Amino acid sequence: MAETSVFARILDYANRADPYPLYAELRETPVLRVDGRYVVSTYREVVELLHDPRISSIREEDVAGGGPSDGESLPGLPPAFIRRDPPDHDRVRRVAMRHFGPPRSPGRVEGMRGALSEIVTGLIDGFADRTRVDVVDDFAYPLPVTAICRLLGVPTEDEPRFRVWAAALVEAIDPRAGEATQRRRVEAGLELRAYLDELAEARLRQPSGDLLSALVTDDGVEGAMSRDELLSTASLLLVAGHETTVNLITNGMLTLLRHPAELDRLRRDPGRVVPLVEELLRYEPPVQMLPQRTALDDIEIAGTTIPKGATITLVLAAADRDPGHFPDPDRFDPDRADKEHLGFGGGIHFCFGAPLARLETRLALSALASRLENPRLVADPPPYRENVALRGPRHLLIEFDGVAPPPGT
Amino acid sequence: MRVVVDLTRCQGYGQCVFAAPDVFAMPGQESLLYDPDPSDEQREHVLRAQAACPVQAIHVDRLAGHVPGPRPYPYPAPDSAPDRGDGFRRSGRIVIVGASLAGVRAAAVLRRDGFAGSLTLIGDEPHEPYDRPPLSKQVLTGRMPLEHTTLPRLRDLDAEWLLGQRATGLDVAGKRVRLADGREVEFDRLLIATGARARPWPNEAEAALDGVRVLRTIEDATLLRRRLASGNGRVLVIGAGFTGSEVASVCRELGRPVTVVDRGPAPLAGALGRVIGGIAAQIQREHGVDLHCDTTVIGLDGDAEGRLRAARLSDGTTLEVETAVVGLGAVRNVDWLEGAGLAAGVWGVGCDAGCRVFDINGVVTDDIFAAGDIARFPHPAYEFQFLALEHWGNAVAQAEIAAHNMVSDQTRRWAHLALPVFWSSQFGINIKSVGVPTFADEVVIAQGSVAERRFVAVYGYRGRVTAAVTFDQAMWLEFYQRMIERAAPFPPDFAMVGRPAEMLPVPAEVPPRVAVAQGATVVVTGHDPGERRATLVRRPQ
Repeated sequence: MAETSVFARILDYANRADPYPLYAELRETPVLRVDGRYVVSTYREVVELLHDPRISSIREEDVAGGGPSDGESLPGLPPAFIRRDPPDHDRVRRVAMRHFGPPRSPGRVEGMRGALSEIVTGLIDGFADRTRVDVVDDFAYPLPVTAICRLLGVPTEDEPRFRVWAAALVEAIDPRAGEATQRRRVEAGLELRAYLDELAEARLRQPSGDLLSALVTDDGVEGAMSRDELLSTASLLLVAGHETTVNLITNGMLTLLRHPAELDRLRRDPGRVVPLVEELLRYEPPVQMLPQRTALDDIEIAGTTIPKGATITLVLAAADRDPGHFPDPDRFDPDRADKEHLGFGGGIHFCFGAPLARLETRLALSALASRLENPRLVADPPPYRENVALRGPRHLLIEFDGVAPPPGT
Repeated sequence: MRVVVDLTRCQGYGQCVFAAPDVFAMPGQESLLYDPDPSDEQREHVLRAQAACPVQAIHVDRLAGHVPGPRPYPYPAPDSAPDRGDGFRRSGRIVIVGASLAGVRAAAVLRRDGFAGSLTLIGDEPHEPYDRPPLSKQVLTGRMPLEHTTLPRLRDLDAEWLLGQRATGLDVAGKRVRLADGREVEFDRLLIATGARARPWPNEAEAALDGVRVLRTIEDATLLRRRLASGNGRVLVIGAGFTGSEVASVCRELGRPVTVVDRGPAPLAGALGRVIGGIAAQIQREHGVDLHCDTTVIGLDGDAEGRLRAARLSDGTTLEVETAVVGLGAVRNVDWLEGAGLAAGVWGVGCDAGCRVFDINGVVTDDIFAAGDIARFPHPAYEFQFLALEHWGNAVAQAEIAAHNMVSDQTRRWAHLALPVFWSSQFGINIKSVGVPTFADEVVIAQGSVAERRFVAVYGYRGRVTAAVTFDQAMWLEFYQRMIERAAPFPPDFAMVGRPAEMLPVPAEVPPRVAVAQGATVVVTGHDPGERRATLVRRPQ
């Protein structure tokens, strides 16, 4: 019974601010059965299952009809590739990657550096006459939406509408979201779908250099992507790349403020942001767990048999604190030699947007560290969102004495 | 700065390409090419790439550091091995013969693990040690300057480097290595890592023709690159193993007409069997290779100036060719060990799983170790058969085991139990393998699609999984590695993603295994147990 309760306590909102002691308890049983669900929490076992072809990412409700019930896909569209298996997953992801990264578009993300840097600068410039801001609402939220808009090629004047839809969709990812939230999600989803469809049509007639133009004019050499799959992919980029990046940036600022020596070092040495973000992805990852994968067959692991058809939850954040892999795992240490964290998952579903998330978070944390004078937390811990899988503060109020001009000006 | 990517670990996530697109490239879906010697202005990008690698396979300015990640079997921490109690770790003398990947890696591990005594590396090539895999790939295409292949961080090793010095003899009792110039180097412990050389074209007169080349060393690559860059005539590749197939791939990339001739039934059949080799054959032909299997080259003809002009094939074809690349495998560099009394011969140097070399009587020595292409060791996962593995990953892994055991007492020794992993990049496809594909009687396509050239082939022997080969599907390789390690039943008959509609195991048609030391003739003399000795009878090959 004690074992059952540890996962229940992890789900309990009261423990959202610090689930890590509970993860330690969870790891005592590497594969824990809770109400027919198998919760896996140790590093080696999680890595094994991330690379196990006997595990499916398809969800029952997607197959049964009625469509995805959360914000990861739009109503009426096929599930996004994150919730599909090979060969469909591979085909759609490959076509999308063709225009997002290597082999064909290796420079697209790095090419956004200048524009993203400007957005970051602009957001922090907006703090100039203030001494208190909410890192979530005033900074970490606007940045990723703007980044995705730029990536997809959403015209600047439409960005505000886009933000409203994004917020409605993201809100609905939370499993506890009520009926009203779900209704808003469906409405927002339909509007967003219509908007993206129209934009895709326009880009088909007159392509520009953005990702949507590239996707809609793809010549199908690597396999075809239907219009519905395209819209589904675009919305996945929006939603999945949104909440997670918000949380990564917010968790980053929170962690820095809890480790003032690290904040100081980052201020003096901007290059330190690279190992720092990797350690952050291990120490406070935005995706704490992959809640729902399915065993296609009996799987023997760590002395347990996960039976065919069982739901599997991979607790990435617990695995990343596994002392069997990371010595002294509860210490935040950017100098850690081993950066083989699971912050972006692993295997074929490895985070598609990881390079963009890294770029945004590095720029964001460097700028916050170098420009905010004497920043401090207003409340520790801050209030958290409900969501246990995509975990992060709802607000992060900080105070500071002033805002320095951007470095180099 | 020097960059080495452990491509045995690489799974093709491509994060390094995002971070440093001018240093790393993925020309196909999964194959990674990179510049191992990028300019200093790329440093920031390279460090970002290193940090971002999900499997931490990128090494900057080092050949031995912390090795992250779950290891295939539990190692003790590197520094936990105490001295043998004789002060050896502080003041012993270690000599490493062979200054290529295995030798250099062993030296780096010795220093990493706290060996503070004297360290001497002897190598017959005059250059600083370099990395060979790029020679048949990005060096040959001209994407990468040759001098960029130098291996990282040698000056910091605090070692004496005797480069351009050939070892010619070994005195086991006197613990001395003889050099070609007559000098002798004394050791307390010795590592044999002299590797292998390219097997030359057997007809010496034909081999001497201008245009007949092998590909093993940096000089070979220089000369071949020059020929490929300057001419436009047909290239003949003799032997369709990995090197030959990679050269053919480069030729097609450069737009050169190429004929590949192999005496076996298909390219790569020697390593992967006829079934998967048959797929490689289709791929070669799709890319415009003129492929002749079950065929031999019966003669190479030159003109009056001694330049290669034509090749005659056993199938009756005569071809006009400008260049011939001889890819007939390797000959192990054991000549210098003749008469040393060790179990050394054409098969390599016999050693135990802890890299300790056997003497000719089959008794293990205490102070002589072997690693890399030259070492032949028993692998428990393969019925304890003695294997010699000519792979980059094996050189690296085995050198670490050898180095560790050289400075550890017998209760702390490690065994080289890692499963072999290798990769090849050809015709835009990343081929990876785990296990021993030739140790098989059946093979099955377990995931993916042969038609799309993206699949996992699983090999089985007497009902258990013994190897897996992926074409652009490297992310699944570790799963099959565990199946091999756990002796999982073959064929794998579970439900999984990407499983083809039908899973039909077929005969693998791998080449027959021959006895390890086939052809070795030994005379045993003496009557009392104390005087019984084996002597290897050398015969002309």
